Parts: sequence; C-alpha cells; structure tokens
Amino acid sequence: MSTPVDTEQGSARLAAWSEAELGVEGAVLDVVRAPAGVLSARGDDVDPTAPEVVQLAADLVATMRVSPGCVGLAANQVGVGARVFCVDVSDHPKARTRHGTFVLCNAEVVEASRNEKAREGCMSVPDFTGDVKRGSRLVVRGQLPATGEEVVFATDAFEARALQHEIDHTDGLLFLDRVAGAHAIYPRQTYL
Amino acid sequence: MSGDWNDGGVSTDLFAVTVLGHDRPGIIAATTAGLAELGLNIEDTTMTLLRGHFSMMLLCRGSAGRAEIEAALAPLAADGDLDVAVRPVTDEPSHASDGTPWVLTVHGGDRSGIVSAIVAEVAAIGGNITDLTTRLAGDLYLLVAELDLPAGTDASRLDATVSAAAAGLGVTASLRPVEADDL
Repeated sequence: MSTPVDTEQGSARLAAWSEAELGVEGAVLDVVRAPAGVLSARGDDVDPTAPEVVQLAADLVATMRVSPGCVGLAANQVGVGARVFCVDVSDHPKARTRHGTFVLCNAEVVEASRNEKAREGCMSVPDFTGDVKRGSRLVVRGQLPATGEEVVFATDAFEARALQHEIDHTDGLLFLDRVAGAHAIYPRQTYL
Repeated sequence: MSGDWNDGGVSTDLFAVTVLGHDRPGIIAATTAGLAELGLNIEDTTMTLLRGHFSMMLLCRGSAGRAEIEAALAPLAADGDLDVAVRPVTDEPSHASDGTPWVLTVHGGDRSGIVSAIVAEVAAIGGNITDLTTRLAGDLYLLVAELDLPAGTDASRLDATVSAAAAGLGVTASLRPVEADDL
C-alpha cells in the first residue's frame, strides 16, 4: 500500500533528532503502576512547543535512560495525562529499522499491517506479561517537541511494536486491553 | 484486588471454590453473585471448557465460613449437573525464582501416555510446570506447558530428552524460551 505522505523525509528527521534539541535537563520521575487512573484515561493533546511539554519530553527521556531495559515511556506512566512519549530501541536485538531516541507528541497510527503476536511486559504492569498482536509494518504521524514539526515516518519490527504500545498508553490503553485471549496473560515470575 | 481486610480483626480466610459439570449460560454469574452476597473478594480465577464440561476454580477471600459459602452456592448444584466444592486453602508464599521461563509444545496422533512421558522428563531435571493445557481434537493431541527451569539447566539437553520421549510416542515436541519484551 502506498502512503500519500513522504515517509522518507520524516524518517530522516526523526533519526537526526536527539534530546539535545530540547535544550533542558531532564529529571528522573517516578513510574506509576496500574491501577492508577491516569493509565486508563486518554491524555490531552498538547502544544509541542509549550515549555512544560519540552520539559516533560526531557523528563521522559531521562527516566527511560535510568530504567534498565526500558525502550519507551509515555507521559501517562509518569502520572501526566498528556499525549507525549519517548522511544529508543537502538540496542534491542529484535529491532530492524531504528530511529534512535525520539519523543513524539499527539502521535497516531496512520497505517498498521502484517500483524504479529509477541509477549509484552510493561513497567506500569510489573506483575503480568501478555500475548499481543501488533502490526509489524507501521506508519506513524506525530509532532516533535520544541519545534512542533510534524513528522510522518514508517518503521517495522520491534520499533513498530514499541510505538504502538506507547501510542496506546497516550490513548489510555494498556497491553492488558489488547491481549489475545483469556489465557494469553501470564503472571510474571520474579526472576532473580 | 485484595484490600486490607484485617481491620477490626475480621478474618481473611482464603477459600478455593471449584465448579465442574454441564455447561450452560449463567454459571459464573450465579457463582459470583453468591460469593458477592457474602462479601467475598474473588482473587485468582481460571475457567475453561474441557471437552464441553464447565470447569472453574477460583480463590476468594473474606470473612465468611466454609459452610456459609457452601450454603450460598448450593442452588447451583441443586439440579445435579454441577459439582460445587469449597475448601479452605492457606496462602502460598510467593518466592522469587532463579530459573528461566520456557514454553513446551507437543503435538501428534493421540495415544495414551503422552502427557506422563513428556512431563516425566521435565520433572526429572527439576523443572516446574506453571501452566498446562492439553486438548484432543479428532486424532490430534496437543499439549502446551509453561515451564520454569532451574538456573543452570541445560535446556538443549532437556529439548533432546523430551524430543526423544516424544519420538518414542510418534509425536513431536518443541521447547523454546519465553521472550517477553518490556516496552
């Protein structure tokens, strides 16, 4: 399927982005856990150029960086009902296309195809994992914090999964809302 | 979710309720209504149909006694096609595992002894089965188990012994690590 928008340009812009563009120091925030209400409510659309949104973007990146294995974090997960999240799958072995670290505001899925099922966990739902089907080919539209530029880009594999998981957070959905069936949710063993 | 029911010295006994028998709409509604009337809090539940038979086990907690729960659920069993049992259980301490999670799948032509032969290999190396489903559809037999294998287990060796046991029964087995991606 063809998309009407040039995703190459958006992809290049996203890959070139770094949190240095934010120009503010990020603070590490506490991650909230279900059943916190903020995780189940759609966040507010934001003005990506607003100083508090720029600060939030920096805080999300800072919090993601200090959380072991964390490849994405949505504002809802730090208790803020705003449609902002960060992603970084640079070091993940299941990633194919990688855009490095980025933050998106008001993001939405434009197109998702080639569903694949995989088991997901979430920092905000530490006691469970679940099998979730998600598109492995994805086109996303969102805005960059600070400049407010709109980017439309395509990705695949693990970055696509991470993006859909984070966009779901901004829409007030957890992976629990998407599990493949009643027996597709698993208590997570605490492994030493 | 379990609240703090200890306030005021109220008992927080845990009960296992099992319901087995002929399936029909409304069994879960009737069971849980009976428990709710007694103020019991339902914790973990599993329910499925086993060859069409309704099969449910749930753990509930509260201040009601066993006899009270049995009385509340008695109407369910009144027409004789459901078996309802209530028993007190103790809280199991949850302990951290130093093992790793795996999924074992076995499938092939049905015959007796598949499950026992396969799980014997898992038990022999100290593997713990944490979830198990077996299904028979026509001639196809299927087993899917979640395993917790102790630290230091040579999984390729278990794969070999399980595969050998499976081959002896004319079925195939595959063992793979559970990969849960944190997002």
